[in-house]
Amino acid sequence: MEDCLAKKMEITVSEAEKRTGRNAMNMQETYTAYLIETRAVEPQSEGQCAPVDSLWRRYSEFELLRTYLSVTYPHIVVPPLPEKRADFVWHKLSADNMDPDFVERRRIGLENFLLRVASHPVLCQDKIFYSFLTQEGGWREVVNETGFQIKADSRLKALNATFRVKNPDKRFTELKHYSDELQSVISHLLRVRARVADRLYGVYKVHGNYGRVFSEWSAIEKEMGDGLQSAGHHMDVYAASIDDILEEEEHYADQLKEYLFYAEALRAVCRKHELMQYDLEMAAQDLTSKKQQCEELATGTVRTFSLKGMTSKLFGQETPEQREAKVKVLEEQIQEGEEQLKSKNLEGRDFVKSAWADIERFKEQKNHDLKEALISYAVMQISMCKKGIQVWTNAKECFSKM
Amino acid sequence: DTSLAEVNSFSPSMPISPLSMINQYKFEDEPELRDLFITVDDPESHVTAIETFITYRVATKTSRGEFDSSEYEVRRRYQDFLWLKSKLEEAHPTLIIPPLPEKFIMKGMVERFSDEFIETRRKALHKFLNRIADHPTLTFNEDFKIFLTAQAWELSSHKKQGPGLLSRMGQTVRAVTSSVRGGVKNRPEMFTEMNHYMETFSQKINVLDKIAHRIYKEEREYFNEMKEYGPIYTLWSASEEDIADSLKGVASCIDKCCKAAEKWMAGLSENLLPILHEYVLYSEILMGVLKRRDQIQGELDSKVGALASKKTEKDMFSEEIGKLEDKVECANNALKADWDRWKQNMQCDMRSAFTIVAENNLHYYEECLATWESFLASQTVDLHVEEDSEDRP
Repeated sequence: MEDCLAKKMEITVSEAEKRTGRNAMNMQETYTAYLIETRAVEPQSEGQCAPVDSLWRRYSEFELLRTYLSVTYPHIVVPPLPEKRADFVWHKLSADNMDPDFVERRRIGLENFLLRVASHPVLCQDKIFYSFLTQEGGWREVVNETGFQIKADSRLKALNATFRVKNPDKRFTELKHYSDELQSVISHLLRVRARVADRLYGVYKVHGNYGRVFSEWSAIEKEMGDGLQSAGHHMDVYAASIDDILEEEEHYADQLKEYLFYAEALRAVCRKHELMQYDLEMAAQDLTSKKQQCEELATGTVRTFSLKGMTSKLFGQETPEQREAKVKVLEEQIQEGEEQLKSKNLEGRDFVKSAWADIERFKEQKNHDLKEALISYAVMQISMCKKGIQVWTNAKECFSKM
Repeated sequence: DTSLAEVNSFSPSMPISPLSMINQYKFEDEPELRDLFITVDDPESHVTAIETFITYRVATKTSRGEFDSSEYEVRRRYQDFLWLKSKLEEAHPTLIIPPLPEKFIMKGMVERFSDEFIETRRKALHKFLNRIADHPTLTFNEDFKIFLTAQAWELSSHKKQGPGLLSRMGQTVRAVTSSVRGGVKNRPEMFTEMNHYMETFSQKINVLDKIAHRIYKEEREYFNEMKEYGPIYTLWSASEEDIADSLKGVASCIDKCCKAAEKWMAGLSENLLPILHEYVLYSEILMGVLKRRDQIQGELDSKVGALASKKTEKDMFSEEIGKLEDKVECANNALKADWDRWKQNMQCDMRSAFTIVAENNLHYYEECLATWESFLASQTVDLHVEEDSEDRP
């Protein structure tokens, strides 16, 4: 952690700007560009500040970066990006990507993403990441030149592996269950929270109607007039207070969302393990069958049914020379196979070891972050209650003077 | 029970003492001078071949001499209350007769004869009788006394004695025609002011009633969503280890706030909604009372107008005019006094209802605050414990 980039460099996503341009099909499009500012955190002499470098990136470039990192470091739980489209909206928030509130929250989310990567012991050292932060032009080409796309596993292959793997590491199976549960429970939580927020908004805002009626009523009253008027003012304050309260709660929702998306990253690591394990099992199976074939040819016994065996029985057997040639070929293949199996085994073990180390790191981070999020949620609730107490204390005084 | 059973008026157990009744219900005038205590409770369903209806127990305790006994217990149905109200209106056309709950609320969320509906009605009927009991004039009305004391058959026969349907219809016709003609031209300034006041008041109270109902509805929806919210945190805690306690803590806080929200809602529906509704009805009643005063004035004005063109029959009419003039003066005085009284009560009722609701809301927030603060304290204690244990070698 001492060497990570985050300690050496200040990174911020400071601005967002609407842009228009032409896309790949030469059609006009509108998109948002984000300004990334970086500054070296090195002890400077008095009064001197390190210069700030900056460049603009759009969301699709962030996506490309993340894809590159996921493929290049499959054993790492790669930090997720903020959501592409607004989800779990409650009625006030717009689902429009151009909505300023959404853009603002996305800006914060992108900054968070960069900071997470920059403070990761492995990821922070990646050169492509560094050039993402510092290289203005031609970054896309540099990424593509790494040829990372080739390393990407096909989705179909990964799915196939999930169903066919016989002996996955139990810890990864448990982890996959955990990430499924986490994803399910957080989405449910976010949905209900949004509904609760909607209803609370309704309660507060309807109180706002009191203000005008009280004011109009106070016009025909002599003794009650003052009390009504001032009470009405407090009702307006009460109704207006919900906007800030719910905006703050959106930050809490965003913190949960990050871990909702992290669940997907966890699953990706599990999938990689399954894929490797499947590969290993297939290779071992292949080796076993080749060895068996070899043995059968050498001893002339057919232990298992094979089409070749049947045809040779029907159409006559091979000559001893032919058989010998086949055995030689098989022996070569077997040797190759054994070497491959050995290296695959080693790869598998290394993967499990380094993946598990990062998973432990992730678990600690998750526990720390979520606990803090829950605490900050409690703080928000407390603040809301205190505001409510103040308003209603004032209102009560006004009413009692009616 | 298949018939309107006669209930023994001397029930051995009258559980409510006068003192507790004073505490339970707010009275308008001096409670120490009260000598008539009425409760409406124990709704019972009656099914006959023709209809189903509810009767309520009306229990009275009094120290007044005019009453033969000091305790009465009768059963009355809604129709009986309607009869009483119309008799009071007849006898005192320019007094403000308290409102009765409506016959049947179509737009409400409540079904006819549901427990909620019956309870709301019972409370309103109770209020109705007590408001009459507190009224300096109405409390001594004979029909009121009969309502409180007569057995079922006695009441039915007494009801039939009153002016027949035709005469009542005649009254209505006269009322309609005289209202068309006048009473407005020579209306004293005071009553024109009252009319203006009531027009605005009526508007505002209706809007307030709608607002309060809307708030109740939103609070209820909020409560429903909160019921689902807490358990999700509990569910989540089942798949976690380190943060399970924090998650359970949040779940428990949300559940407690949810229960507090239930009280929040109930406070509104028990305190503010009935009062606002009562005053919506009152505003209609007051408009009616002002109209009736105008009618009485109208009778006088039209007679005076007729006399002006017949100078010869002056003497014959003067007695009649005199009577009408007295009638108008009585009506005006009665209304003025009752109006002042009504306004004072309205102010008192509104002040008390809104203050209670504000207090109720305060309690809600205070309860929620305490819950979250204690959760926060538990979390920061944990953090400190963790930090300490990390420091140790």
